[in-house]
Amino acid sequence: MTQTRPSLPVLAVGSTALMSAALLAIFFVAEQDADQGLSQKIFFFHVPIALTAYACFGLGAWKALRVLWTRGERYDLESYTAIHQGTIFGALTLITGCIWAKASWGVWWTWSSNQLVLFLVLFLFYCAYFMLRFSVEDGPRRERVSAVYALFGVALIPVSFFAIRLANDFIHPTVFTREGPQMTGRMFLAFSVAWAAIFALAYVMYRVELAGKRTDAHLRELREALAR
Amino acid sequence: MNDYLGDVAALARKDLALELRARDTLPAMVLFVLSTLVVFHFALPRDAGDEAAYGLLWVAIVFTALLGLSRAWVPESRDGAIDALVLATRDRSAIWVAKTLAALAFLAVAELVALPAFALLFAPLDAAAVAGAALASIGLCVVGSLAAALASAGRGREVVLPLLVLPLSIPLVVGGVGASISPQAGDYLLFLGVYDAVFAILSWASFEYVITE
Amino acid sequence: MIRAEGIEKRFGGRAVVRGLSFAVSRGEVMLVTGANGSGKTTLLRLVAGLTTPTRGTLAVEVDRSRLGYLAHEPLLYRELTALENLDLFGRLYHVPERRERVGMLLERFGIWDARSERVSSLSRGMVQRLALCRALLHEPELLVLDEPFTALDEEGAELLDAELVSLASAATLVISTHDPDRVTPLSTSRLALA
Repeated sequence: MTQTRPSLPVLAVGSTALMSAALLAIFFVAEQDADQGLSQKIFFFHVPIALTAYACFGLGAWKALRVLWTRGERYDLESYTAIHQGTIFGALTLITGCIWAKASWGVWWTWSSNQLVLFLVLFLFYCAYFMLRFSVEDGPRRERVSAVYALFGVALIPVSFFAIRLANDFIHPTVFTREGPQMTGRMFLAFSVAWAAIFALAYVMYRVELAGKRTDAHLRELREALAR
Repeated sequence: MNDYLGDVAALARKDLALELRARDTLPAMVLFVLSTLVVFHFALPRDAGDEAAYGLLWVAIVFTALLGLSRAWVPESRDGAIDALVLATRDRSAIWVAKTLAALAFLAVAELVALPAFALLFAPLDAAAVAGAALASIGLCVVGSLAAALASAGRGREVVLPLLVLPLSIPLVVGGVGASISPQAGDYLLFLGVYDAVFAILSWASFEYVITE
Repeated sequence: MIRAEGIEKRFGGRAVVRGLSFAVSRGEVMLVTGANGSGKTTLLRLVAGLTTPTRGTLAVEVDRSRLGYLAHEPLLYRELTALENLDLFGRLYHVPERRERVGMLLERFGIWDARSERVSSLSRGMVQRLALCRALLHEPELLVLDEPFTALDEEGAELLDAELVSLASAATLVISTHDPDRVTPLSTSRLALA
């Protein structure tokens, strides 16, 4: 662990504080939406969670690239952890999206929300990542195979986005009008705080999980060294 | 460059020769796609439009491709020939190109049967639909042969392969169906072309890392 | 030509090769001995470049195209004929005068008459001979042979004996075997795996 990185307990406290600030901002600072009422507040969680998921997948792909360029177990662990976090936040995106759909339009699922459909596809893709990863035996082969698949994921994101757009334009015409309310200044403030808080939360979870995995790896190495 | 193409040609010829001798994959694919189309007739409600049928055609094609792809790397893994290939080829991506071409050849033969059968049993297919079929098939084989190599790295490859291919095939299905039913078929064909280019480059570049340790 | 320092290979949690260091110079014939499961095959795969060590450094100063490898499995295509198999690998290795070389090897190892038969219909001994032809096809500078005598029939074993004598002066050999006596007269160094 390098010394320049902020320590984990500090980060955890910081992100808790940020999250509290975000909750305050969302419920007390931002005005209530005229049309949707209280349920619109979910937007403040849903969109940052989605953006965080994208960021995690992007980080996972970047680390995957490092895996292929250099040889190092550490990049593989980082890539895997990032994708794991991305999948968790992806699942949360779907869940918050469903809640919002139910609150706004009365249905649990709608195919006309491009964002939601995209996350469904990505969620399936990244679940397959884990199926693939755990079918291969631990070692350099697994690292490379996982890395290549992670790169495919990041290429799939824009491609799927356009595919879903095309599908909605001609194959499934939009039934509901688009989400994304006009934000006032105070709403934007709440949104920004929420985004920062969720990002921080994701980062803390990433670091915690990574630390756990690294400890496991160290433990394994020690056990092997003792066995020699 | 000539050497590279020569390697691809030798490998592709080998894959075609193996299938011609064994004759197990291609007849299975043809029969599978025909059977699936017939099942779909019974799966569609009476007043379903043509458009629903096009969607089902694409489901049939994707699963037929999966059938072919699952057998793609079997000859190599049987007696360890993959090790010999990995040692012998100068640029391992040639192996991927050859596998993709062979898979495409088999899928094309299956579609040569399936598309006319579809037009006969369900709804007509215009030039745009056929072009869409061609482009989407290329995309399927491009990602499919790489996914098959990924799946062969581990256990349970027959189960893992469809899981890897299906999410990746969604844009292709959109493209194929759109080319069949949309007045703006050109947009969908362009989209398919972009998909093919992007994933071909990605697969071609990453194959070396997948097949070696 | 080959330099290994503290190489280790793990599969999952199990170390198959552990803390191995050795060197092989050009023209040497190294014999690798050890009981079953001592890691001979893994070591030879490491030398052939089919896998990489988990730890340590392994330097093999020969281009992949100048390396020949014989494994436990034949590494051939079952449904192709003997001739087609060698032709394929001959093309991939860009062997000059491919047809002649293939023909010569088939004759030398007594497979010429069976050249148009599919590998699946050949006896195990013949298949192993064919695998040997594949390993020798491109006149490799470094030959890695994993228990070459195991699957050979008596006639094949004699052919291999003769071949090894001429190979020992032309190339570097790394041979693993159960039966050290056969190769000992040729070998210049020995590596015993625990």
